[in-house]
Amino acid sequence: MKPEELAKQEATFNQLTTALLAELKADEQLTIELSGEHSQFVRFNTARVRQTGDITDGQVQLTLMHNQRSSFREFPFVGNWEIDWPEAQAALADLRQEVPQLPSDPYLVLPTGNASSRDVYSGQLLAPEAVAAAVLTDVSGLDFTGIYGGGASIRAYADSAGQRHWFATETFALDYSLFATDGQAVKGTFAGSHWDQSAYGAKLADSKLQLERLATSPKFIPKGQYRTYLAPAAIAELVSMFSWGGVSEAALQQGSSALGLLQRGEKLLSPHFSLTENFGRGLVPRFNELGEVAPLKLPLIADRKLVNTLVSSRTAKEYSKTANGANSSESLRSPDLSPGTLAAAEILNALDTGLYLSNLHYLNWSDRPTGRVTGMTRYACFWVENGEIVAPIENLRFDETIYRCFGDNLLLLTDFQEFIPEVGTYSQRNLGGMWMPGAIVADFTYTL
Amino acid sequence: MISELSQVLESLDLPADWVGLRAVKEAVDIRRVRDGLPQRNGKSTSAGVMVEVLVNGQIGYSATNSFQAASIKAAAALAYQQALAASQWAIYPLTTAQRPKVVGEYCSPFLKPFDALTPGDINQVLVRLCDTLNVSDRIVQTNAMAIANETDSWFVSSNGSEVYQRFLLLETHFGATAQDGAIVQQRSNNGYLAHSYQGGWELFPDANLWNRARQVGEQAIELLTAEECPTTATTLLLAPDQMMLQIHESVGHPLELDRILGDERNYAGGSFVKPSDFGQLSYGSKLMNITFDPTVEGEFASYRFDDIGTPATREYLIQEGVLQRGLGSLESQARMGVDGVACARASSWNRPPIDRMANLNLEPGTDSWQDMIGDVEHGVYMEANRSWSIDDRRYKFQFGCEYAKLIENGQVTKTLRNPNYRGTTPEFWHRLVKVGDRSTWEIYGTPYCGKGEPNQAIRVGHGSPVCAFENVEVFGGGA
Repeated sequence: MKPEELAKQEATFNQLTTALLAELKADEQLTIELSGEHSQFVRFNTARVRQTGDITDGQVQLTLMHNQRSSFREFPFVGNWEIDWPEAQAALADLRQEVPQLPSDPYLVLPTGNASSRDVYSGQLLAPEAVAAAVLTDVSGLDFTGIYGGGASIRAYADSAGQRHWFATETFALDYSLFATDGQAVKGTFAGSHWDQSAYGAKLADSKLQLERLATSPKFIPKGQYRTYLAPAAIAELVSMFSWGGVSEAALQQGSSALGLLQRGEKLLSPHFSLTENFGRGLVPRFNELGEVAPLKLPLIADRKLVNTLVSSRTAKEYSKTANGANSSESLRSPDLSPGTLAAAEILNALDTGLYLSNLHYLNWSDRPTGRVTGMTRYACFWVENGEIVAPIENLRFDETIYRCFGDNLLLLTDFQEFIPEVGTYSQRNLGGMWMPGAIVADFTYTL
Repeated sequence: MISELSQVLESLDLPADWVGLRAVKEAVDIRRVRDGLPQRNGKSTSAGVMVEVLVNGQIGYSATNSFQAASIKAAAALAYQQALAASQWAIYPLTTAQRPKVVGEYCSPFLKPFDALTPGDINQVLVRLCDTLNVSDRIVQTNAMAIANETDSWFVSSNGSEVYQRFLLLETHFGATAQDGAIVQQRSNNGYLAHSYQGGWELFPDANLWNRARQVGEQAIELLTAEECPTTATTLLLAPDQMMLQIHESVGHPLELDRILGDERNYAGGSFVKPSDFGQLSYGSKLMNITFDPTVEGEFASYRFDDIGTPATREYLIQEGVLQRGLGSLESQARMGVDGVACARASSWNRPPIDRMANLNLEPGTDSWQDMIGDVEHGVYMEANRSWSIDDRRYKFQFGCEYAKLIENGQVTKTLRNPNYRGTTPEFWHRLVKVGDRSTWEIYGTPYCGKGEPNQAIRVGHGSPVCAFENVEVFGGGA
């Protein structure tokens, strides 16, 4: 997005905010959220372009609160006052009709803070017409598949308490796979805010080296328990489960969290497993749907225990807790798992004999109250004997509890972390990612 | 809208081989209650125009949420540039044969329009549902939700297509969580949002709603003291609300031609099915008959045309166990040279069409419920999905259900909790030994089928009778 277009979006949002708040009656409260993007997508298969296009999107959500009741209206935001203002007026009028019909909500939280912020991060991205050549030239002859997504993203907020936030960033993410002829593959991600062709070349060179390791036929591994190295991307998949019935205080209170055993002290995790919400890297906005700003760092799991949960203001009100700036779904937004002591060069020696897993796939709780999760191995995964890679493996299903693999069976964490970018694009290009080390665990359970 | 889009189309001055404009306006009304208290009330409207331009065999797209003619024209210019820049890298030379001329309309069947109930009325129903679910002090959470979606779609193209389709979609859900110390069990109305249909408020509340809600609450309590599902290989009977997931994951996705062509390998995955398998692969037992059928009235993913204008027809994908055709659009059919179906679908105006399931149904057999269990010496009957995981080639799966019953000597006996099963796709479908008759047939749906890059979540419907599979590995929960 050109700077002048971004400036127009911000000006229109501010104008809309000012005008809406001026319309409010004394006993009404309002929050105004904006989410927008101008994104370029190019999809690849067999080192050719499958689909290419761009998307300009923006949505405003108004939430009106009155007499202990609330409702929202979401509508398109195009950054043009003549179009956006009538939509906003209609939405406010509609909300005023609806809200009195609704039941009273004793846990409704009104915006009360005084936080404001403005963060704008500009990038240096590929021109749309340059993406295909920049990405594909160095993968000629390879079975390269994946997607490039890049562009500007906006998240903004304002409310009747006077809070204002504006977050705009230009980022890209190339999420790709290199396939061998027998279907084995290497996964790679290349993400940031400044496209660097030489850094991309270096990343590709590393992927090509890994691809060579897949040249031998995959080895069948019978089900059982194996000493296992989980690379940072695999750890990220497991830690992602903590956002789905994990560290949420509401989930714990309502019996739908896998961490109930940990909270009640019936289970402990490894002293090496230290999970923190860390906003220090500035990749995602710190404000939530009520304009509240999360602490820069919030330890969640430390010293074997659940030391904090993610508590939204609504949950805090309902269960008499203290809110800590969590979003309404109380999910991880910037997780950071502390590294350990295992050097990269020592991973295979420390593993000795077992499985080296680069990635995991399609995880789901198989028995949430006991913290049991199932999923598949995916991409470059190997059988290792006496510290040497023997062969890639046929994919295996695992079914294991977080209390075992992140508890007594967690042997070592790497002394480095990798940034695993968030490449999801369901309703919009997601922002941020996870900082994760790799880990060696004992007796990881494979079932199929 | 058709005339406005046509005017913009006529005003375009692009040296393109084909241009299509697809406008979508989606209005979603969501009401959610927990423990009898409102959790979320509101309406969301998303609207915009997707422009596709074909140049030198490559389609470029550009989507804008502005309906102003100038914005759509600017999007068309961007789409043209996208196509032109990528054409030298194109994976396949597309032509207008993959964007046929089509004219027609569709409207979902409905009796009571969505304005027949006020937000207050809907909240009353949901609060009463929570109250009805709360059958014991061991119920620690109740929830109920209704989502009414009105989606209008208009499509015009430079080769004369004019399509208008209007969808009324109703998704409802309720459930309860029961807890006794460390034992926690959840039970819902056939799985999360499984009651997803086309239609109006005549679908909800229905006459049986309150009895069903009470039963869901009681079964949540019942599960607290139920035995664990045994770990054994046995006869597995699956209710239609779990067959939905079984069909979806182990038949629908592996038959998508774009997965077989490799488009999805970086995200959703590929498939164990090969192009040479069509017309000859024995996918399952002879009792297995799977249809792609967007013509079923009221099923969640019915339509008359897909999003590139292909007329929708009912087709057998698997007949008497043999793979016949794939879930592939005109683009994928041209690329692979096999038969497909009308399944180029986009989740909204801001995503390009790709190969998707629509309604994918397992056709009924001849066995009544009593026929199915009568000669089962030992078996487990499972209902309602709660956990799902399958590999990227759609081969090794593990699924879990909310509720199960033990079958002993032809009789349904004890309730079982934490029922799970696992297997591999072709082997599992070859173990299909009985297919229930029409009296056991039920239809469900889900709004959350995810795939594609950029990602897209889309609506699908699945109808199935009760089915029996022999010698399947089942197991319970616990660490």
